[in-house]
Amino acid sequence: MTTIINVPHSLEDKSFELVLDQVAPLPLDEKIIVDTRHARWASPYGLTALLALAQSRAERPVLYVPEAENVSHYWSRMDFFKHAAELYEIQGRVKSTKAAETSVLLEVTSISKSDDVHDVVDKIQQRAQDALVKNLNLDAKITMRFTMALSEVCQNIVEHAGRGGWVAVQTYTWRVRLGGRKVVVIAVCDPGIGFKQSLESAPGFQKRERWDDGQALEETVMRGASRFRDPGRGQGLAGVRKFVGTWDGKLSIRSGTARIAVLPKGDWDEDEPLLEDLSYFPGAQVQITIPERVA
Amino acid sequence: MINHIDVSSMLRKSVCELYSNLVTRPTGAAVRCEIEQELDRIGDRALTVIDFSHVGLLDFSCADEIVAKLLLQYVSLDAPRREVYFLFRGISESHMDAIEAVLERHKLALVTQHADGGSRLVGIVDVDERSAWEIISHLGAGVSADVAEVADATGLSREHAARMLDILWRRRLVIRHDKGYVAVGSATAPVEPMRLDA
Repeated sequence: MTTIINVPHSLEDKSFELVLDQVAPLPLDEKIIVDTRHARWASPYGLTALLALAQSRAERPVLYVPEAENVSHYWSRMDFFKHAAELYEIQGRVKSTKAAETSVLLEVTSISKSDDVHDVVDKIQQRAQDALVKNLNLDAKITMRFTMALSEVCQNIVEHAGRGGWVAVQTYTWRVRLGGRKVVVIAVCDPGIGFKQSLESAPGFQKRERWDDGQALEETVMRGASRFRDPGRGQGLAGVRKFVGTWDGKLSIRSGTARIAVLPKGDWDEDEPLLEDLSYFPGAQVQITIPERVA
Repeated sequence: MINHIDVSSMLRKSVCELYSNLVTRPTGAAVRCEIEQELDRIGDRALTVIDFSHVGLLDFSCADEIVAKLLLQYVSLDAPRREVYFLFRGISESHMDAIEAVLERHKLALVTQHADGGSRLVGIVDVDERSAWEIISHLGAGVSADVAEVADATGLSREHAARMLDILWRRRLVIRHDKGYVAVGSATAPVEPMRLDA
């Protein structure tokens, strides 16, 4: 049996839940067709999550590519199809393009080892300064901190996921609120073991009365817990949280059936601090959003 | 003698010739091992400048592996591995974000030196310790203070001042020298380098 998974017109972190609602009930070895023909836009989260979705399936899925040429071009420029070809049976015409996309700070990039993190950091430093300081009016101090945050969230894949994942970084206009602001977004998605299973592998771990994905996220993101005994562990996400707070940004992490968010102080976004009982998706999906500075 | 370790060189030597950023735990661990080997060659009593001037980015994981774990080995209230003092140079604002976070996590402290020669105590130290360190530091390049001088300047009893100076010494924030104490940082400023092996 084959099931068609309809991908919404606008594919970002929240609308990706609609994809997961369709996929989660299906057996892992059931063939799925991921239909992006009507997609008009995808955030870095949407693209990296689509790749993680294919990794999570036992049976290689089919991908119907977007019909709109500008969308297909854009996904090509983001290097999405380059990686998707390894994971999906691609159906539809994909035009390769060499044109650079100025809003893209980092194309969809595979992360599976420490060297990949070095490469990402080297690559983004060259582009981040212009994007963050000139386009988003942010203080020059942000460039290094932004790269530090990116490094830490990429390392989570290497250290905890147990398998490879994806990262992408882009600037675009945030339209959640009227008169949207420009933002820069880091998305890091993997289909690995996730936060709950990672913490369960800690030596001497004991399950509490209530122990679920939401608890695991709270322990890790808000209280710096780690599966390692080393007291120096768990600082990476604490540092990312601090970075996001300093720049009025937003951090959201989804793992298993829950999603936790560190929300901005400003009014540019509305969200819930913790969502539970979502459709199951393995691994961890992280999004960091930093808005432009407005006078 | 004062020794100098360029962290960027350690990175290129231990991990990759092309890297200039200190990111990821394996990288940090490799660089720390290289620094430790260098320290083994230096001897049992030494003042070592750890220089970050040519390091681009330092993330939290690397700061933990290099700075915190290095200090944890050589700085201890119980039995430090050897009498090795560290002075950190070339620390940028973004390096400091990561370093301060790991010092706080492990309740450590260190001394940084700025381009103008001025030194600063960063990390976790209590008010009296900081006050004593600053008094000694302000005495000037390589000048030592004894317990009585520190007690007078801080208004503490001699017993308390002696205990505090001992703690600062065990934390390797001051150097015991000529029956007195010299602040790490002021020891590197003199024209004539200070000898610790006397």
